[in-house]
Amino acid sequence: MAEEPEDTSTPNDVTMRLWRGDETGGAFAEYVMPSQEGEVVLDVIHRVQATKAPDLACRWNCKAGKCGSCSAEINGRPALMCMTRMDTLPVGEAVTVAPMRTFPILRDLVTDVSYNYEVAKRIPPFNPRDKTADEEEAGGYRMQQIDVERSQEFRKCIECYLCQDVCHVIRDHEENKTAFAGPRFFARSAELEMHPLDVNDRRELLQQEQGLGKCNITKCCTEVCPEHIKITDNAIIPLKERVVDSRYDPLAWLGRKILKHTKRTPAEAVENSPAGGPAAIQPDHPVKGIPTPVHLTEKPVAVGASPTDASAE
Amino acid sequence: MSEYETHDFDVIIIGAGGAGLRAAIEARSRGLRTALVCKSLLGKAHTVMAEGGVAAALGNVYEEDNWKVHFRDTMRGGKMLNNWRMAQLHAQESPDRVRELEDWGALFDRTKDGLILQRDFGGHRFARLAHVGDRTGLELIRTLQQKAVADGIEVFMEVKVLRLLHDADGAISGLVGYWRPTGEFVVFKAKAVVMATGGVGKSWTYTSNSWESTGDGHAMALWAGADLIDMECIQFHPTGMVWPLSVRGILVTEGVRGDGGVLRDSDGKRFMFNYIPPMFAAETAETEEEGDRWYDDHTAGRRPPELLPRDEVARSINSEVKAGRGSPHGGVFLDIATRRSAEDIRRRLPSMYHQFKELAGVDITAEAMEVGPTCHYIMGGIRVDADSTATTVAGLFAAGECAGGMHGANRLGGNSLSDLLVFGRRAGGGAAEFASARQGEVSLDEGQISEAIDAAVAPFEKEGGENPYDIQHDLQSTMQSLVGIIRTGSELEEAMGKLEELEERATRISLSGGRKYNPGWNLATDLPSMLSVSRLTAQGAINRKESRGGHTRDDFPKPVAEMGAVNFVQRIPIAGQDTNGVGGTPSITSITVTPEPILVMPDDLKELFEEAN
Repeated sequence: MAEEPEDTSTPNDVTMRLWRGDETGGAFAEYVMPSQEGEVVLDVIHRVQATKAPDLACRWNCKAGKCGSCSAEINGRPALMCMTRMDTLPVGEAVTVAPMRTFPILRDLVTDVSYNYEVAKRIPPFNPRDKTADEEEAGGYRMQQIDVERSQEFRKCIECYLCQDVCHVIRDHEENKTAFAGPRFFARSAELEMHPLDVNDRRELLQQEQGLGKCNITKCCTEVCPEHIKITDNAIIPLKERVVDSRYDPLAWLGRKILKHTKRTPAEAVENSPAGGPAAIQPDHPVKGIPTPVHLTEKPVAVGASPTDASAE
Repeated sequence: MSEYETHDFDVIIIGAGGAGLRAAIEARSRGLRTALVCKSLLGKAHTVMAEGGVAAALGNVYEEDNWKVHFRDTMRGGKMLNNWRMAQLHAQESPDRVRELEDWGALFDRTKDGLILQRDFGGHRFARLAHVGDRTGLELIRTLQQKAVADGIEVFMEVKVLRLLHDADGAISGLVGYWRPTGEFVVFKAKAVVMATGGVGKSWTYTSNSWESTGDGHAMALWAGADLIDMECIQFHPTGMVWPLSVRGILVTEGVRGDGGVLRDSDGKRFMFNYIPPMFAAETAETEEEGDRWYDDHTAGRRPPELLPRDEVARSINSEVKAGRGSPHGGVFLDIATRRSAEDIRRRLPSMYHQFKELAGVDITAEAMEVGPTCHYIMGGIRVDADSTATTVAGLFAAGECAGGMHGANRLGGNSLSDLLVFGRRAGGGAAEFASARQGEVSLDEGQISEAIDAAVAPFEKEGGENPYDIQHDLQSTMQSLVGIIRTGSELEEAMGKLEELEERATRISLSGGRKYNPGWNLATDLPSMLSVSRLTAQGAINRKESRGGHTRDDFPKPVAEMGAVNFVQRIPIAGQDTNGVGGTPSITSITVTPEPILVMPDDLKELFEEAN
């Protein structure tokens, strides 16, 4: 079933260069597929699985841009495979699909994204204010549309982790992962901080333990977000401003004290963090730091020549 | 000797969509050792794809709304085949379940008074669907996911469950599965298990469902000896994308029609006025003008026929296409561009706007969408007790799409998300109570475990056998062409034969490439479920010799009163002894079907229907 690419290629064919391997290493393999109208990258990968490589690993679910499972690097650009139309890619050139580089490789195009689930557990959860008498009677909180919209923008997030993948703080710096939450979780914190009902205060935590200061606002995360969330402008920069306010503005601090502002102290916020309960368990596979760097210019190898046992045959 | 790791819990929930998460939160809140086991990553379950909203008679937009109206709408939408008690509990409890989400951080769109806004949907008399634009499912799953994380619930992600385990007296004792990332086997011991595995749509070619919807929960319950009901009742959502082919079946929310969108034929005519059934004639507009007045004020006119229940709309579209009045790619036109401003459309339907822009190159603020029916939802499922969600097998509970009865023969839009919340919570409670009261040590049977593991790895020891992808493809073609939206007896019989051939072929699958994240193997272990549920649907459809809700027979085009008084109950009487199917599961030929009377509604509820008519 392994293909000799050049031999079978016709003008209507498309060549897929797909990374195959695992945490021990791997290489690109080429598959030549007939092209079909209107397809997305994920469609072609599914046809490769069905006809040439049934063991080609690829994570996906909805194929409609709603679940954020099929993240990869397509021609070097982090994107969802299900939302990247083949006809938007350069005609006559091979389409290269590599796994996300920031996370350890499990197999082929699938990475171990458990880092993200660990970070999620360390964010102090939603903690609403009490309902007013009127709200108790009305049966629910009263919030104006304009006030919920700021947080709604961040709640559009489909957790594809492309923003985490592209973030230079962790992309080639495994060592930063222990003290850096990443754009996805800055957006989550911003969502909670701007939530009309929430009373937790996460600012000290963001600065001290989640590395908010490490972000130097290059906006790469915003650029790759398939939901078009303005992560840098609307989440990270406002968070940075709030953190600065809380640390250096004595008047704001005093105001909060006097007015018994609903935000809690940093200590209380940490206390409210879910006690590291194992919310997302992954099997004990070896996590060997960053995956093998993928060099998109390297020469393709035929499937059969792949040095790993993950090759098609 | 098979190697595996073992975990021990009080309550295990299979599936981490809305129902599973809600069940876990409930069981955990009662102090039980609770874990979620799911086939994908946490937060990716099919619930994220729900778009339009969650139905609950909050009365925030129309004060006149209350649980009785919601109950009546649900029963009529289900063509009275529903388990009335489930429909009642659902209508009564869904408002509290929605408000509770807000207490956990959900941010629904608001009314002018600052309360939860509600939108119109088919079959609901009042604007009833709490929503967040057209991404309500995402809001629901994220809220529940974040609550579950905050509560410290353990989640075993990317674990495929192969089979339920039972102890000597037949009660559920746990389950066996494997980690997809590593291919290593894992066993869970449990005092109670909740099935929350969702639907079956992946057995059809054109479906709105993701790869996960292979009916694992339906099938595992069947194999464990549980009863299933109404499996012939499948909902074909009227509006799936039809072009490009690669996205055919992807859902287009009913919210488009709720917000003013209309269906047109190739001449631009609103054809739904030709398809108003007698049951709904009294409450449906007769002219376009009347229907249009209704959007702004429900007392100024009757609802437009585009908002009839889904089964009616799907059949009408099917007829238009058959009559040659369809769109170029075999659907009809869904037009919101001429009905609402571009700004309104982008604000209220942002996901639809992007979906068409990016996948089809269509700007829905300027052009009509091409849409057609897509396999969307199964009303039938595991037979449960309404109050506790207990199945007919001790220790096994079921909630959400894999449970049957709530929606009868046809589900109303928006009633699925509320179903997940209401019965997810009840399942968590039912399982917790059972687990707390369970006497004696739960014992695992080594033989059952190694049998399941040996069967799962068997294809790796074969060479030159069948490709699982070919079998899946042929299964989908069979169900699409022979057990689709319009059915006939002869085609259903043909499907039964083809399914038996497919079962035989599936026993000859061979695989290579190791067990580690191997999608070919994953599919091979999903096929036994897909075959079983396909058989259940085909067999149920043969027996239901009438047309009702999502089940339409060309050869029996009308509802038949006697048929409406029974559920077709399917089970495997020799479950536990038959291992002649794929992967050591019972053969699909062992499934029996029996008509049994539906639950009789008490008189005080019956009156609701007499008054209204």
